[in-house]
Amino acid sequence: MFLINCPYCGERDQQEFKAGGEAHIERPKQPTELSDDEWAEYLFMRKNIKGVQFERWNHAHGCRKWFNMVRDTSNDEIKAIYKMGEKPPAQ
Amino acid sequence: MIKNLRVKSSEYIDETNRISFKFNGKTYHGFKGDTLASALLANNVHLVGRSFKYHRPRGIMTSGSEEPNAIVQVNPGTNRTEPNVRATEVEIYEGLEASSQNCWPSVEFDIGGINNFLSPFFPAGFYYKTFMWPASFWEKYEFFIRHSAGLGKSPTSSDPDIYDHRNIHCDVLVVGAGISGILAAKNAAKNNYKTLLVDEKNEIGGSTIFENNEFNKIDNKTPSEWLKKEIEELKNIKNLEIKTRTSVAAYHQYNYLLARENLTDHLEAKDKTNKIRQRLLKLRAKKVILATGALERPLIFNNNDRPGIMLSSAVKKYSEFYGVACGSKNIFFTNNDSAYESALSLYNKGINVEAIIDIREQSESKIVKKVKEAGIKIYWSYSIVDTTGYKRLNSVSIMKLSNDGTSVTGSKISISCDCLGVAGGWTPAVHLYTQSGSKLKFDEEKKVFVPNQNTSEQISVGSCGGDFKIDEIIKNLNQKLKDTLNIKETDLDNIKVEIDQENSKRNIWLLPSDKPLGKTKPFVDYQNDATAKDIKLALREGFRSIEHVKRYTTTGMGTDQGKLGNMHALGIIADTAGVKMGELGTTTFRPPYTPLTFGTIVGRNVGKFFDIFRRTPMNDWHVENKAEFENVGQWKRAWYYPINGETMHQAVQRESKAARESAGILDASTLGKIDIQGSDASEFLNRVYTNAWSKLAIGKCRYGLMLNEDGMVYDDGVTTRLGENHYIMTTTTGGAANVLGKLEDYLQTEWPELDVYLTSVTDHYATASLCGPNSKKILKKIIPDLDLSDENFPHMSFKEANIGSIQCRIMRISFTGEHSYEINVQASYGKDLWKKCMEAGQEFNITPYGTETMHLLRAEKGFIIVGQDTDGTMTPIDLQMDWIVSKKKYDFIGKRSLYRSDTMREDRKQLVGLLTDDPNIVLEEGAQIVSELNQSPVEMLGHVTSSYFSPNLNKSIALAVVRGGKDLMGKKLFVPMENKNINVTVAHPVFYDEKNERLNA
Ligand SMILES: [Zn+2]
Repeated sequence: MFLINCPYCGERDQQEFKAGGEAHIERPKQPTELSDDEWAEYLFMRKNIKGVQFERWNHAHGCRKWFNMVRDTSNDEIKAIYKMGEKPPAQ
Repeated sequence: MIKNLRVKSSEYIDETNRISFKFNGKTYHGFKGDTLASALLANNVHLVGRSFKYHRPRGIMTSGSEEPNAIVQVNPGTNRTEPNVRATEVEIYEGLEASSQNCWPSVEFDIGGINNFLSPFFPAGFYYKTFMWPASFWEKYEFFIRHSAGLGKSPTSSDPDIYDHRNIHCDVLVVGAGISGILAAKNAAKNNYKTLLVDEKNEIGGSTIFENNEFNKIDNKTPSEWLKKEIEELKNIKNLEIKTRTSVAAYHQYNYLLARENLTDHLEAKDKTNKIRQRLLKLRAKKVILATGALERPLIFNNNDRPGIMLSSAVKKYSEFYGVACGSKNIFFTNNDSAYESALSLYNKGINVEAIIDIREQSESKIVKKVKEAGIKIYWSYSIVDTTGYKRLNSVSIMKLSNDGTSVTGSKISISCDCLGVAGGWTPAVHLYTQSGSKLKFDEEKKVFVPNQNTSEQISVGSCGGDFKIDEIIKNLNQKLKDTLNIKETDLDNIKVEIDQENSKRNIWLLPSDKPLGKTKPFVDYQNDATAKDIKLALREGFRSIEHVKRYTTTGMGTDQGKLGNMHALGIIADTAGVKMGELGTTTFRPPYTPLTFGTIVGRNVGKFFDIFRRTPMNDWHVENKAEFENVGQWKRAWYYPINGETMHQAVQRESKAARESAGILDASTLGKIDIQGSDASEFLNRVYTNAWSKLAIGKCRYGLMLNEDGMVYDDGVTTRLGENHYIMTTTTGGAANVLGKLEDYLQTEWPELDVYLTSVTDHYATASLCGPNSKKILKKIIPDLDLSDENFPHMSFKEANIGSIQCRIMRISFTGEHSYEINVQASYGKDLWKKCMEAGQEFNITPYGTETMHLLRAEKGFIIVGQDTDGTMTPIDLQMDWIVSKKKYDFIGKRSLYRSDTMREDRKQLVGLLTDDPNIVLEEGAQIVSELNQSPVEMLGHVTSSYFSPNLNKSIALAVVRGGKDLMGKKLFVPMENKNINVTVAHPVFYDEKNERLNA
């Protein structure tokens, strides 16, 4: 059970949060101009790596805010947490 | 005849408080402070159970939670019964009953014992091999295995006890209250750390509390005396909480630990009532200090499992702590000095010690000398090659060990005895440490795995950290405390420790016998009956990974997780395969450290709290009027209202007719409601719904379909524009929370520039849906001054009004196809609103209807239910709802996916109507649809999604998804059922009032 430092509320138990998959996949601004393959890339393709991964998390049972997390999936170490729209810290 | 082996009073046993209890139906006596194990031993009862595979008689081996054999059923036959309880952990109380497990008809005479003689047929991997044999053989073995297997009986009636959960946050959590844990907790608390000290036993002090080895001294006192003084001082320390009878079951990441606090298990039945039995503590600690101690290892020799063979440390604890002699002719078998402490402890209490058999060549420590002086015979360089006694040990045979320790020589000496204390060295209890994700390393000198790489803020102190001697324990503890607590000085700085140095060690993982290995039974895992030869067999058969050997032989897979024998298993594998133990690694220790009851895990979430549910404000009325309920998401919704013994079918037919002929009323409070405000609210709706919203006038309502980004229908509902920048969206009952989550996600992460605010208001409003040709007259009676003309209040529009002084929002919208109104009031007025409607509708025979009638009525109209007629693979086009997909809008969620090559396929499953050729046959929802009957295999074209008998059309109707269904209008298809084939015809999905004339009726 992680202890997650919500950028709005502080440290809270993992059970208050919901994981939201890979971070920094921006919804295309002009979807109609994309080929099927390009759209499929956005729609379906997600990384699932062993190691440092960028993820979206939501404080679902708290402030309901989304934020980003850098997590090492091999040992679950949370390396950084930052707000939506902010640049990921250099790793 | 019961022989009493209570030797000398102990300060931990209250001999004035005599307790009677039953074991296997026979009454025994013990004292307050006894465990079931110590009380049985005092009554000279060693035989307590049978082993799992061979049904060999087994006795009490240990004095703690690592016990592999003495597994009992507590209070059998009652609703408080609990299987798989370790007799070494049960504190006795008046009226306690316990029985042996795993034996039939009794522990004394057990039919499964024949397995012992059949054991050549039960090699390692027996179960695996059985599975691979011809299937026809399996039936025969299954009977046999099932009959002889089984670990205890679960209770058959509900648990009368209360369980609880509690969250605890602390600065420092100390696990284990032996000498290291106590000193760590004391120093943490003294330095202003909020400290919690937990221990699984009922008393703190660990094994040091009865450590009276006169050659070990702390500040010139015996460790026992010194520690008692320390414990006394704990009372005056602030910031320190101590919880006994609390065992940590799991250590997760981020210093999150689960512990079970046992509150009433040691009390008599009358004192258990109305109290919390066990509490699951959810501990979050800034720093964790593990002081879980070490477990003594047995030695692995032929027939090392007979009742009467125990750990040397357990023999000592029973004597020192409980005042019980485990035998009257005691022998010890050892590879280190520990057994000498036990022997001396017995000797000092006047208990007979016949001999010590030591596999070492010699030891010159003071305690060994003292034992020699006491006249106890020591056999140096000897090993036990066999034991005798079926239900109780009666002799051991010993032979001289060869120099390399792999064989025995010379003549065999037989020594008669009734208790054998075995000392094979100490294994740090690193279970919790590794559960936390931290990594071990193998200490070549100590031959054990010790903590190496920590992953969280934690330290391991005392023997669980690999320190076994009191001087190194204190020295290393002191340094670790300073480092982890950031302090300069501790209580330990000036302690003077003298110890008796042990000066020789000899470690042999598998001791030889004069017989070949194949003819012996050296047990490694007692609970699962895995022997050294099983492990060697697994290696011969090609298994190399420790995890594979474990599963193949079941070593370490019992409820005790092989706490005693895992190291030997590793050692034997390493020796046989010629690799280093450090390279093998250990098997994974998984939570819980000791078994947890289900009650503790679920806590208060039982009965009606097991799965919480929501009720609408009108719920009492539904209950009073005998509604049947159905679960929709978390809601309990009125399903139908049977009267005069109607069946569900009869009630639904009546309700459906009434709603179309005169008036019906539905509790629609459960629909999700999201309040949407902000200057970009219209733009936001444009992006989330498939249709256009900018031009929706204030006071108008519109139906919307929401897709996932993959183009599949996600939710639907009517949204009303309340003001320039204010909407109220309704969602499906089950989808409310997910829709809100999804909308928030888009707002926060994709479109943060939009000025939109979302608030869930589902619970704030109660909604009565009034429908039918007389609904207008009824509403007029309730709100006389509201102009209900079609000009002023047309279909798909909204009005605010007052019912008396109660404000309400009324939407003229319809899910049934009838003229209808949805009246929303503040939730607390919901029941009043409902009663007013019923009263006003009485003259029109207003009929309350439930979800089943609602589903039927909408099916007559061909309206979809998301989640029933859709399943996450249906696009609006598949649903024949092209009309709701805006062609003009540049983008909305899911738009791009609607013209992917896959979503544009003509042969996708599409929603159609189905009519049975025989109008009285109602199809089963989920039934498959085919176009050919005499073909095998036959292509499945689709399935029925909704099906009812329509009382208003007097025929059966159904909705279905069918491959390429749009182009199959009028085509004959078949629904094959178990006993018959049903002929159906594809139809338009709107069965009733295709022109929507009734909306304005
Ligand atoms: Zn938060």
